[in-house]
Amino acid sequence: MNSAQTRKLITLTAIWAVLLFAPFWMLPLGGYTALATRVLVLGLAAMSLNFLLGFTGVLSFGHAAYFGLGAYGAGLTLKFLAPSTPLALVLGMLLGGVCGALLGALIVRRRGVYFAMVTIAFGQVFYYIAFQWSSLTGGDDGLRGFSRQPIDFGLFQIDILSNANNFYYFVLFCFALMVGVMGYILRSPFGRTMIAIRENERRSRFLGIPVERHIWIAFTLSCFFMGFAGALYALVNNFADPRGLHYSQSGDFVMMAVMGGMRSFWGPLLGAAVFVVLQDYLSSVTVNWMSFVGLLFVLVVLFFPRGLLGFIQRSKA
Amino acid sequence: MNVLEIKNVTKRFGNLVAVRDVSLEVGKGELCAIIGPNGAGKTTFFNLISGFFPPTAGSIAFDGRDITRLATHERVTLGMARTFQITEIFPELTVFQNVRIAAEVAGGYRLRPWINRSEAAQIHSQVEDTLQLVSLAAKADRLVGELSHGDQRAAEIAMALALKPHLLLLDEPTAGMGDQETYQITQLIRRLHRDSNYTIVLIEHDMRVVFHLADRICVLDRGQMLAQGTPQEIAANEIVQAAYLGNAA
Repeated sequence: MNSAQTRKLITLTAIWAVLLFAPFWMLPLGGYTALATRVLVLGLAAMSLNFLLGFTGVLSFGHAAYFGLGAYGAGLTLKFLAPSTPLALVLGMLLGGVCGALLGALIVRRRGVYFAMVTIAFGQVFYYIAFQWSSLTGGDDGLRGFSRQPIDFGLFQIDILSNANNFYYFVLFCFALMVGVMGYILRSPFGRTMIAIRENERRSRFLGIPVERHIWIAFTLSCFFMGFAGALYALVNNFADPRGLHYSQSGDFVMMAVMGGMRSFWGPLLGAAVFVVLQDYLSSVTVNWMSFVGLLFVLVVLFFPRGLLGFIQRSKA
Repeated sequence: MNVLEIKNVTKRFGNLVAVRDVSLEVGKGELCAIIGPNGAGKTTFFNLISGFFPPTAGSIAFDGRDITRLATHERVTLGMARTFQITEIFPELTVFQNVRIAAEVAGGYRLRPWINRSEAAQIHSQVEDTLQLVSLAAKADRLVGELSHGDQRAAEIAMALALKPHLLLLDEPTAGMGDQETYQITQLIRRLHRDSNYTIVLIEHDMRVVFHLADRICVLDRGQMLAQGTPQEIAANEIVQAAYLGNAA
């Protein structure tokens, strides 16, 4: 094994150790388990966006829509269909992913700013639907009246509602599953065509890659992951918020990805951690917390263009 | 059967006729060079062959199949590979990774989210063979963006070769190169043509290169085919001399 592989293995072990023991080391540092859970869920969302942004080179500014659809999908399932947490996650993911697949087919021919604008526009459509369709979605008040259900294994049940640690580990399991699938795809021939498109679209086309079809697949996969993250988020809050579909939420996800480092697989998780922890701490001090997060974002973009993780990796090497 | 059969293609951009009623047949194993002054329509003609845009009139057949309306990536899948005047590569990937993407796409793996060990090993050895052919094996782990201009062009040709093409289109392969690099690329193309029996169509400005390599030369001028023939015939052609070669030949 060469030194690069060794370093990679050490980094991976460190990341999973930090995540695995988060409920234990966060408490003495003044954190709490639910905060770690939020980091995981928003980190998964930022990584899902980055699957498209960082590895296909396509910027979507409307990904909150698929996050929000996942949340409503999970909430509506629990409220009206069946009191099953796994079913809520699956249906939430399907709702986000299928809507992403349909709209993605309409926008993959656009590039750059035009792609970003059209994704915002479609995202806002879903925001207004959630906002206006009060009888189903609860409108401005959001969707309430559901809660995550115990995980039923037949012989025994795991309570994830009142036990914060149990819920954290359930979310960590889901996170690991999704991140594992993402990593697997990125290391496959299909994943390498995504990177090819990011690096040089014309060359990709002249290698025989139907570029639009591959971008559509990457977009759709990204929306499935996003929908899953959104479904988890509904379970975290026992609540689905129309503002979760708004383009400002999309902007937050882009910020997390860019701040953490969009060229690295784990960067967006770090970005989400910084974002969520700062938000948690600063919002108890000042209502203008966002301006401080914004300031940090500007500093990172100016001085660490490869993001926080990119900077850490660069200085280690 | 001819590899490429182009019949009376015309390409109009508004009022401008970039290519006018040009026909060309390229046989298997042949190396055909297209020459002509700047603005003669050479690159437009290349773009018609490789499918950047469809012709306004005329037809193009490849391996006996009409491809006039096919998209670029479909032509590539049928076995047509191309390099560009300004090198098109993946600069932030290594030489090996650049060629591997081409080999995987050509192997039909592009939509696969997995690859098993024996398939990966086969791709690996195919990439190594290709790098050997273009003399880049020693630089396999270097980032393509860090290589010299000549090596980048060789890497681009390696990507095209990894597609196992029936036809290789090279747009000014020695553009912007010094004498040493021009010589190396010329020798590489000569090997591909003579030893590996590739069918090649290339655009070239450097007359030394053209007369050294080509079986046949086509002269384009103001969008029209002025003359076609062996290097000797073209060198002796008075119309060509007047229009283009001047005293240089």
